Amino acid sequence: MPDIAHHLAAYAERFKAERPQRTRRLSAHLRALEAEAIHIMREVAAEFERPVMLYSIGKDSSVMLHLAMKAFYPSRPPFPFLHVDTTWKFREMITFRDTMARELGLDLHVHINAEGVERGINPFDHGSSVHTQVMKTESLRQALNEGRFDAAFGGARRDEEKSRAKERIFSFRDGHHGWDPRNQRPELWRNYNTKIRQGESIRVFPLSNWTELDIWQYILEEDIPIVPLYFAAERPSVERDGQLLMVDDERFKFNDGEVAQNRSIRFRTLGCYPLTAAIESRADTLEDIVMEMLVARTSERSGRLIDHDESGSMEKKKREGYF
Amino acid sequence: MTTLSTRAEVIERLSRSGQRGVLRCLTCGSVDDGKSTLIGRLLYDSKLLFEDQIYSLQRDSRKHGTTGEEMDFALLLDGLEAEREQGITIDVAYRFFNTEKRKFVIADTPGHEQYTRNMATGASTADLAIILIDARKGVLVQTLRHTYIAKMMGIRHIVLAVNKMDLVEYSRARFHEIVCEYLKTAEGLGFESITPIPMSARYGHNVSETSAEMPWHKGPTLLEHLESIDIEGENAQDAFRFPVQWVNRPNLDFRGFSGTIAGGQVSVGDDITVAQSGKTAKIARIVTADGDWATAAKGDAVTLVLDREIDIARGDVITSSAQRSEVSDQFAAEVLWMHEDALLPGRSYLLKIGGQVVPASVTALKHRVDVNTYDQLPARKLGLNEIGVCNVSTARAIAFDPYKDNRETGSFILIDRFTHQTVGAGMIEFGLRRASNIHTHAMDVTKDRRAAMKGQKPVLLWFTGLSGAGKSTIANLVERKLADAGAHTYSLDGDNVRHGLNKDLGFTDVDRVENIRRIGEVAKLMLDAGLIVTSSFISPFRSERSMVRDLMGDQEFVEIFIDAPISVCEQRDPKGLYKKAKAGEIKNFTGFDSPYESPEAPEVHIDTSLVSAEDGANQIIAYLNATGRFG
Repeated sequence: MPDIAHHLAAYAERFKAERPQRTRRLSAHLRALEAEAIHIMREVAAEFERPVMLYSIGKDSSVMLHLAMKAFYPSRPPFPFLHVDTTWKFREMITFRDTMARELGLDLHVHINAEGVERGINPFDHGSSVHTQVMKTESLRQALNEGRFDAAFGGARRDEEKSRAKERIFSFRDGHHGWDPRNQRPELWRNYNTKIRQGESIRVFPLSNWTELDIWQYILEEDIPIVPLYFAAERPSVERDGQLLMVDDERFKFNDGEVAQNRSIRFRTLGCYPLTAAIESRADTLEDIVMEMLVARTSERSGRLIDHDESGSMEKKKREGYF
Repeated sequence: MTTLSTRAEVIERLSRSGQRGVLRCLTCGSVDDGKSTLIGRLLYDSKLLFEDQIYSLQRDSRKHGTTGEEMDFALLLDGLEAEREQGITIDVAYRFFNTEKRKFVIADTPGHEQYTRNMATGASTADLAIILIDARKGVLVQTLRHTYIAKMMGIRHIVLAVNKMDLVEYSRARFHEIVCEYLKTAEGLGFESITPIPMSARYGHNVSETSAEMPWHKGPTLLEHLESIDIEGENAQDAFRFPVQWVNRPNLDFRGFSGTIAGGQVSVGDDITVAQSGKTAKIARIVTADGDWATAAKGDAVTLVLDREIDIARGDVITSSAQRSEVSDQFAAEVLWMHEDALLPGRSYLLKIGGQVVPASVTALKHRVDVNTYDQLPARKLGLNEIGVCNVSTARAIAFDPYKDNRETGSFILIDRFTHQTVGAGMIEFGLRRASNIHTHAMDVTKDRRAAMKGQKPVLLWFTGLSGAGKSTIANLVERKLADAGAHTYSLDGDNVRHGLNKDLGFTDVDRVENIRRIGEVAKLMLDAGLIVTSSFISPFRSERSMVRDLMGDQEFVEIFIDAPISVCEQRDPKGLYKKAKAGEIKNFTGFDSPYESPEAPEVHIDTSLVSAEDGANQIIAYLNATGRFG
């Protein structure tokens, strides 16, 4: 596992040099995906008054941020970044976020739903759907309204989930951030309709056409720093309903008979720690993770407990403004 | 744990897949043809389904499926709840899979005629179309429609997937019959390749494995064909095109132009010309975050630095000096209409091509195309999913190429000016004249001089409102007050226009749009003559009022909303028109069976149910005084 502080510092240097050089070029299909994402980001920067990039600290966010650093080089990304903090993220995520923002000199806004905190909303007592609704979906809406952002980049991919497969790259949201799957704007060529009225907004998904494998391969070829939780290590965890949950801090609520045990685990996706299942693994390098991924038989979002209710649940959340 | 593989080994293994880059395919056919089943089969055969996906597929198959206990691959794809319930595919969905040789992006689009726009959307980025046919049914009207749309959207390669061969006993004769019939129509359309394959998606014959049931088929399986087809070729010779997206200016020492190369290639030292301005320069640097490049090609997102300072902004197209883009404000295009509100010739839309966004309208609708029979039909408007060939006129000259030469610089979308919906997609055929050849003859007596002689500033006072709201009454008072103060004026209204210049026009939406367009042009000439003009027309549509505003500019256009509740207008009924409309004697009467779109931000708003005509007129004069337009 690379030393993350060192890695982030070296990473930031790469965007400072006046004439960076690299020895090898990207794989053909990644070059095409990279160019597409850069094109999308520049289009947003040029057409919107107040764009913002959602930064969720996960590997897809790392890739999206990396692409933004490249898209505007030698300029800095001409927009702020926004993290919607539910207060239940893994501690290592927060450390990573703050170090990354400091090293790259990002204009990072962190938003917490103060009202939700006051009401003591948490995933243990209120369950995943209430917690997600209040601390994530509503919180995101608050942050977007407060910032009066007219375009928000998200890292969603079409291969993640069935309803995502039909989402536009420039996805129109009404004044209440709602998504109307029946009334999406046709999206032809690379010609994106960016016209909106006051109060309306666009969610932009530059990674739409990437697959999970593309993301890992890109991280590998570009040497992009990711949160160490993606790498296997001995971590305290409990097994609950067939899934492994990490005991990340003292707020963890044990059920009767549960005891934290050290296991070699890692995460394929990161979110709120009580809602994110780990897998048992010994893959502690990027190479091993990718090799494990290549033989994987469980798709990525199954690690996110919020999608499990029923097949249509993601579409319902999206209509309400979830990313 | 010891590292099993070196980074290089892992990358090597990964890059084995997708060595040939990405192939973008479109599948078309209706759900009955087994389209979703085919894609599901491709995903399944390429081992891209995960355990939990297969589990939820099995569960959904029992709940919604049509295949009994077997897995219904179609359910993998129909993503939206409504579609799952209705058993139809209503939108375009993108699927990804890869083999060792290539990565594939499949746009899965619906087959019914009412979803032509969705198919065109999927086709706009596709290299190849898989057209499905049910072997039992053979070539249908929809097969020809899909073929036409593929052709129109610039797809060069077709796979004719004759599916459900299991239901015709794998009959070679039946397959040949279908292929021959298809080729009769498709061969003349100029595709680079048409590859027929007999298959059964449900049982996996000739999808990724050759079929023991059809040994007579000597050609490739679908997957073999998709892996091996060559889609590159002539791109290298394309002319260099670089639509500027964003001016990159981190500090005073660096000024670059960021964008994605839309055609050809470029090297340091190349001569370039900015299409719209004709300014020239040489390429000094090709900047990327990975270091400078010596050469970049189509599809690369780069930042160009030139060897001298020339004026370039977003929307400009940097082109090779040897092969410049066309620049014109008029061109012929094939347009696909994508909205319930029909395309009306003369109506103003926003046209977006690359980074250029300009007001535009269709000046002549030459014909509509019946996509099922390819017949050319006369048309006065284009409805949802209709395709027409028309002349388009833009408010400013734009840079473009014919669509057949470049799909990116040759295509545009049309956006409704008020709802901001994407309402049309266009493929440019050819420029109608070169804007650079039109020289407005420079007159010695100018508009300014003509206005100065009259001691006034020309302005158009545009009165809009329902019939009976009081437009003509107030306009008449305003003109009299202006004339009393020594102004040179003219008044345009229904009587002096509808009886002469526009007597060939009726009251349909199409004619109303043309009516206002002509009035706008006449008013422009009068302003050029130095006059203050009042115009009183219902002018019910925002688009047309905004078109006239664009023609004059904000300074010389004052929109005056003469407002009154329809009940009040009906009571006044000065011309007895409401009575007739109620009796059904006149059709398309505004407020009854034809809509009135209220102005969103008129310069002056007068509610005549509250204010007298005299007070209203004074309010307008006061506005003109206050804004320095008169007095």
